[in-house]
Amino acid sequence: MQSLTNRSKIVSNKTMTWSERIYLPAILAGLKITLVHFFKKKVTLQYPEQTKDHGPYFRGRHVLKRDDQGRENCTACGLCALSCPAEAITMIAAERKPGEEHLFREEKYAIEYEINMLRCIFCGFCEEACPKDAIYLTEMIPTADYTRKKFVYTKDMLLEGIEPKDRIDISKRRKGIREGAM
Amino acid sequence: MELIIFKVGLIVTLFLLSLLIAAYSTYAERKVAAFMQDRIGPNRAGPMGILQPLADGLKMFMKEEIIPQEANRYLFILGPAISMATALMTSAVIPWGPDLNLFGQTVSLQVADINIGILYVMGVVSLGIYGIMIGGWASNNKYSLLGSIRASTQMISYELAMGMSIVAVIMTTGSLSIGHMVSSQAGSTGMAWNVFYQPLGFIIFLICAFAETNRTPFDLPECETELVGGYHTEYSSMKLGFYLFSEYVNMFISSAIIASLYFGGYNFPFMNIVQENTGEIMFAIICAVVFLIKILFFIFFFMWVRWTIPRFRFDQLMNLGWKILLPLSILNMLITGFFILYNN
Repeated sequence: MQSLTNRSKIVSNKTMTWSERIYLPAILAGLKITLVHFFKKKVTLQYPEQTKDHGPYFRGRHVLKRDDQGRENCTACGLCALSCPAEAITMIAAERKPGEEHLFREEKYAIEYEINMLRCIFCGFCEEACPKDAIYLTEMIPTADYTRKKFVYTKDMLLEGIEPKDRIDISKRRKGIREGAM
Repeated sequence: MELIIFKVGLIVTLFLLSLLIAAYSTYAERKVAAFMQDRIGPNRAGPMGILQPLADGLKMFMKEEIIPQEANRYLFILGPAISMATALMTSAVIPWGPDLNLFGQTVSLQVADINIGILYVMGVVSLGIYGIMIGGWASNNKYSLLGSIRASTQMISYELAMGMSIVAVIMTTGSLSIGHMVSSQAGSTGMAWNVFYQPLGFIIFLICAFAETNRTPFDLPECETELVGGYHTEYSSMKLGFYLFSEYVNMFISSAIIASLYFGGYNFPFMNIVQENTGEIMFAIICAVVFLIKILFFIFFFMWVRWTIPRFRFDQLMNLGWKILLPLSILNMLITGFFILYNN
């Protein structure tokens, strides 16, 4: 019967010719291939010195953003923690005192904010859930460490600095999200 | 007296040269492997990773020395020692250049110009099996034993074809001395290399050389997929280092033998013109450098083949050795004999 998929191949049991049986031509062809590769451009990346550019979709460790006046965006609504499929995020909310308006954008803020990097699956649901533009995934990578405790990233590790040089650029990631990548 | 000092100097130079080339063969092997796989290879120890052999050697020395409890302690230590000693002994008969006139007498640029040079090489190389055999047996480990049995079977099988292909060269040269074999390949312009007269013999010898040095595609004695580490499974520290190192020394010696038997040794094209225009010492140095370049090419060739061809199965290995190479080498011998008769 005729094949429907058109993928089947006809197997042949033909005997090898004399030149195939002495193997030497095949070996010479193999030697030629390896010699061509010997002079080819190398693909190695010298990792710690050189790094590869990530795509706009890359989801690395998180950053807690500040607005353009240096105030924390996060209002400790807890939507990120709720949306987190791995239950990696936890936080404690606090009320903004008078005189702290330059630190926090709204009346409520997260006094503690922790992400467990061993639980996190870097799905990006937290940044999708965030109504305040406060959390983003960056190109940074959580580094290896010796204890499990060190993988629980606290707020001071996640929050970006106030100074312009301490800000973490997420424009590439933002553009990626806008173009429809998660 | 001067002759003895000269020979001792030659021995020491050759010894150090063998070790240096073997050490840098390990580096070259890794670099060649990397380049053929589009990688860069070791490049952290020194510029271009040039100090890598030192780092490797230091690592081998610093490793913990383990001798298995059930192993035969004496033979366990003797194994790598034999391997290394025999590997280094072979270089004694390799001629590095034409005869020199020093101290009022003719001095040949080789440690010992014995008149049975090629037999000596075959004999010492066969002794090398004992190193592997004893080491593998003394380890008291099935993998080691299987590896060493494979090594000895393979070496004995391929020595036959190798010897037969050498017989053809001996017939054309009329001498067993490697010095004579090389000087007879000079011809009028230094291009009367045996490879042009013995192409079949050369291919047989080359394949056998791969088998004798346990290199891929014939590296069954240390076939990782089947035998863990083969005959050196139980070895650690510098004893393992000696086994690995002796393989590279063997590779160097095999390359030297291939170069001198089939590729004219120190002979090079238009060497009669060069000889007329340079001094005797200078000419000897040029010859030695040419010979070294040929050796380095064959070492590269060994590596090139290793990273191209996969390993044979053991029955394929035996079939190739006994049913193909041995009859072919006998045929080659007969053809050579016919031509010698015809020319007379």
